Amino acid sequence: MTGQLLSCAIWVPIVAGLIVLATGGDKNAGLQRWLALAGALLGFLVTIPLYTGFDVASAGMQFEELRPWVSSFNINYHLGVDGLSVWFVILNAFTTLMVVLAGWQVIERRVGQYMAAFLIMSGLINGAFAALDAILFYVFFEAMLIPMYLVIGIWGGPRRVYASIKFFLYTFLGSLLTLVAFIYLYYQAGGSFEIQDFHRLPLGMTAQALVLVAFFFAFAVKVPMWPVHTWLPDAHVEAPTGGSMVLAAITLKLGAYGFLRFALPIAPDASREYAWVFVVLSLIAVVYIGFVALVQTDMKKLVAYSSISHMGFVTLGFFMFARGTDLNSFAVEGAIVQMISHGFVSAAMFFCIGVMYDRVHSRKIADYGGVANKMPIFASFFMLFAMANAGLPGTSGFVGEFFVVLGAVQVNFWYAVLAATTLIFGAAYTLWMYKRVIFGEVANHHVAELLDVNKREFLVLVILAVAVLGMGLYPKPFTDLMHFSVNDLIWHVSQTKLPQ
Amino acid sequence: MTWTSLNAWVAAPEIFLFCATCVILLLDLFVSDAKRGITHALALIALVVTGVLLVYGYSPAQQFGFSHMFIADPLATLAKVGMVIGVALVLIYGRSYAIDRGIFKGELYSLALFSLLGMMVMASAINMLTLYIGLELLSLSLYALVALRRDSVESTEAAMKYFVLGALASGMLLYGMSMVYGATGSLNVFEISQKLLIDHEGNKLLAVFGLVFIVTGIGFKLGAVPFHMWVPDVYQGAPTPITQLIGSAPKLAAFAFTIRLLAQALEGFTPEWRQMLVVLAVLSLAIGNLTAIAQTNIKRMFAYSTISHMGFLLLGILVGSAVGYAAAFFYAVTYMLTAAAGFGVVMLLARQGFEADRLDDYKGLARNHPWFAGMLLMVMFSMAGVPVFVGFFAKLAVLKAVINLGMVWLAVFAVAMSLVGAFYYLRVVKLMYFDEPESSGALSGSLFSRVVLSLNCLALLFIGLYPNGLLSLLTDAVVFSLPL
Repeated sequence: MTGQLLSCAIWVPIVAGLIVLATGGDKNAGLQRWLALAGALLGFLVTIPLYTGFDVASAGMQFEELRPWVSSFNINYHLGVDGLSVWFVILNAFTTLMVVLAGWQVIERRVGQYMAAFLIMSGLINGAFAALDAILFYVFFEAMLIPMYLVIGIWGGPRRVYASIKFFLYTFLGSLLTLVAFIYLYYQAGGSFEIQDFHRLPLGMTAQALVLVAFFFAFAVKVPMWPVHTWLPDAHVEAPTGGSMVLAAITLKLGAYGFLRFALPIAPDASREYAWVFVVLSLIAVVYIGFVALVQTDMKKLVAYSSISHMGFVTLGFFMFARGTDLNSFAVEGAIVQMISHGFVSAAMFFCIGVMYDRVHSRKIADYGGVANKMPIFASFFMLFAMANAGLPGTSGFVGEFFVVLGAVQVNFWYAVLAATTLIFGAAYTLWMYKRVIFGEVANHHVAELLDVNKREFLVLVILAVAVLGMGLYPKPFTDLMHFSVNDLIWHVSQTKLPQ
Repeated sequence: MTWTSLNAWVAAPEIFLFCATCVILLLDLFVSDAKRGITHALALIALVVTGVLLVYGYSPAQQFGFSHMFIADPLATLAKVGMVIGVALVLIYGRSYAIDRGIFKGELYSLALFSLLGMMVMASAINMLTLYIGLELLSLSLYALVALRRDSVESTEAAMKYFVLGALASGMLLYGMSMVYGATGSLNVFEISQKLLIDHEGNKLLAVFGLVFIVTGIGFKLGAVPFHMWVPDVYQGAPTPITQLIGSAPKLAAFAFTIRLLAQALEGFTPEWRQMLVVLAVLSLAIGNLTAIAQTNIKRMFAYSTISHMGFLLLGILVGSAVGYAAAFFYAVTYMLTAAAGFGVVMLLARQGFEADRLDDYKGLARNHPWFAGMLLMVMFSMAGVPVFVGFFAKLAVLKAVINLGMVWLAVFAVAMSLVGAFYYLRVVKLMYFDEPESSGALSGSLFSRVVLSLNCLALLFIGLYPNGLLSLLTDAVVFSLPL
C-alpha cells in the first residue's frame, strides 16, 4: 500500500469522479453529492500517510514509484515527492474536500458533472505535483485545463465564455513552449525525460536562458506574474465559488512549484543572471497590483488581485540570490510557506464571498453594508480570514511574508522596503473592503433579509479557520518537512552548470 | 515473366478485394432498393476478409511481387490495415445518412471499395507507373463519389472542382515522374534511388526539376498549402460519408505514397525536398489554423483543420529519418481515427433534411446527448493536442523528431500554430457545453454504428493512455521497411 500511496492520491479522486459521472443526470443529485464527498474524503485520507510517513531528515524523493509508460520515447510513470511538493498534494486533497462541501447546495444544475470535474481535476493536480518525469508532468499539467475550462464555462458568471477561453489559451501557450523545452532537454540529457536527470545536466548559458524563457512563459502565466496576469481576474470573477477556490489555492501554486522544480534547478546560472527580471516583475506585482486591488468595486476581483500580489511575494522569495550567488533559505522557505498559507486563506476568502453571493447574488461591494448585523457568526469568521489575508501575526499569512521580508533584508534593503509595503496595502484593501461590506447600517433590503451561515457553511469555515490559525501559531510541522529539500535546492542552485 | 517473379501471393488482399468488389457490383444489380442492406453487409464482409488477409500476411520483411512492381513490407501492410479500418468506419457511420439522402446505392459501396483498392496499390507500389495507377483509381472513385448526390448543386460543383484540380495535379505528378525517368532511366523506386546515389551530379538538374513537380502533386493530394484550394469546397460539398472517406483513409495512402517517392526513390535529394516541405508545412500550419477560425460550417472547419494537420504530417516527413517517418506514420494513423470519429458524430446528428453541418447546430449538445457530446469533446481535445488524448502523443512524436533535426524554430512555430488551433476546437466544446440548446435534435444511426462510434472515440483516449503499443509497432514497421 505505501508503495502506491501517490498513485492512490492521483487515481482515487479520478475514479471517484468517473463513478459520480456514471450516476447520470440531476435526478440522482443527492446520491452524487454523497458519492463526491466520500471520494474527496477518501482522496484526502490517502494523503495523510504522506505526512505521517514522511522522512523529514531526507532531501531525496520519497514514496517513489517507477514504471515504464511509453518505452519508445523513454517516458516513465515516475512519481515521488520531496519536501517541496508533499504539502501541495495534501493541500490539494484538502481543498477538494472544501470545494465539494462549498458546492453542496449551491450548485443545482449538472451536480454530478460539477463534482466529477473537481474530483478529476484534483487527481490530475496531484499527478502534476508528484510527477518526476517531465512528460508525465506535462500530461497532468495540461489535462487539468480541461475540467477547469468546463467548470468556468458551464457554472460561471455572465462572461464565462470569454473567461474560460482566455484561461485555456493563456495557459496552453505557456505550456506548449515548455514542451519544446522538455524535448530539447531530452536530447541534451541523452534520451531521458527524468526531471532529476535534467537537474544534473550541464548546459551552456544560451541554452539555459532559452529554457528559462520557455519555463517563464508556462509558469509565470500560471502564477500569474505581472504582466501576464490578466486572465486571472476574469477567470476568478466568472468562475463558481469552487472554481475560484481551486484556482487560487492550488493551480496558482502549480506555477510557483514549476519554478522550484524546473526553472531554478535546471537553469541555475540563467536564473542567477536574470534574477533581477523576476525580482522586478514580482515587486511590480506586489506594489502595483496592490494599488489595483485597492480600487476594485467587485469583491471577487479584489481578492483575485490580492492573490496576484501575494503570489508576487512568492516569486520574489524564490529569486532572492544573496550576494549574487546563493539563494536565501529564509526567502525560499518563506515563499513556500506563503504558498501553503495563501492556499488556505484565499480558499477561505473566496468561500466567504461565495456565501454572500449565494444569498444576495451580487459581488459588488456597494450592494452590501451592515452584514454583521444579520450574520454575526459569519462576520467573525470573515474577520479572521481578512486579517490573515492582510498578514496579521498569529495567522498563517504572517509567517510567510515575514520570512520573505527577512530574507529580502539580507539581500537588498530596498527590496525589503518595497516588499514590506504589501503588508500595508494588503491591510488597506482587505480591511477597507471588510469595513464597507460588514460594518455600518444595514444597506438595503437584500442585506436585511440575510440569514446567518448554516451548518455546512459553518463546518467549512471552522475547518479553514483552524488551518489558518494553526499554521500561524505553530508553523513548525510545515517548515520541518520542507527544510532539507529547500537546503538541497539552494545548494544545487549554487553550483554552476556551465560547461567548464 | 515467370511465375516465381510474379509472386502474386503478396498481393492477395488486393486481388481478393478486387474480385469481391466486382462480385458486389454484379450482385447489386439484382438487389432491390429495399434490400440494399445486403450490399452493405457484403461490403463490410469483404473489408473484414481483406483485413484478415492483411494481418495474416504480415511479416517483418520486404516481399516483392509482379517483377518488382509491388512490395509488401510492414509499412505498407500496416498502412493498409489502417485504410481498411478507415473505409469500414465510413460504411458503418454513413449508412443511415446515405439511406436518408437517397444515396444508399450499390455505387456507393463499389466505388468506396475501388477507392480503397487504389489506396492499397498506392501503399504497395514501388514503380512510378503502379503508383500512378493506384492514385488514379483512388482519385477517379472519389470524384464520382463526391458527385453521388446528383441533384445537389453543391456536390456537383465540389466534384467539378475536385476533378479539374485533381487532374491538373495528376498531370504535374506524371510530368515530374517522366523527368525523373529521363534523368535515371528507370521507373523502379529502388533503381532510381541507386542511380541517383551513384550518379549524383550527372542529371541532377533534370531530376530536381522533376522533384518540384512531384512535390507539387504530393502537396495537392495531401491538401497542403498552397495546393489546398480544393479541400474546403470538397469537404463542404460532398455528402458527409464521402467527406469522411476523403478526410481519413486517403491521408494514410498519401503518406505511404510520399514515403515511396521522396524517402525511397528520391532519398538522395533529401536536402532539396526538405526545403520544399518546410515551406509547405509552415504555410499549411499557418493558413489552415488561421482560416479555420473564421468558419461557421463544421465540415469546412474540419477541412482547414485537416490542412493544418497535414502540415504537422509534413513536419514529420521532412525530418527525413526513420524517427521522422515513424512520427508521421503515427500521426497519419491517429489522425485517421480522430477524423473518422469527428465525422461520425456529425453524421449521427444529421437526419432527414438536416445536415448538422453548421457550428450552431452543436449548441447545447451536452444537454441533449451528454454521451456523444463527451465523445466529440474527446475528438476536439485530441485534435487540439491536449493530453491525455492521442493527438498529444502524435504531436509530441513529430515535435521530437523535428527538434532532433535541430530545427527548434520550426517546432516553436508549430506549437504556436497549435495554440491558434486550440481556439477553434475549444469553440466547438463551448457550443456543446456552455450554450443552451436551440432544438432538441434526435440522433440517427443504428445501435451498431453508435457502439462503433463510441469505441472509436474511446480509442482516442485509450491510445492516449497507452500509446506505446501502436507507437512501437509503427516505428518497427518503418525501420523494417526503410533500411536507411
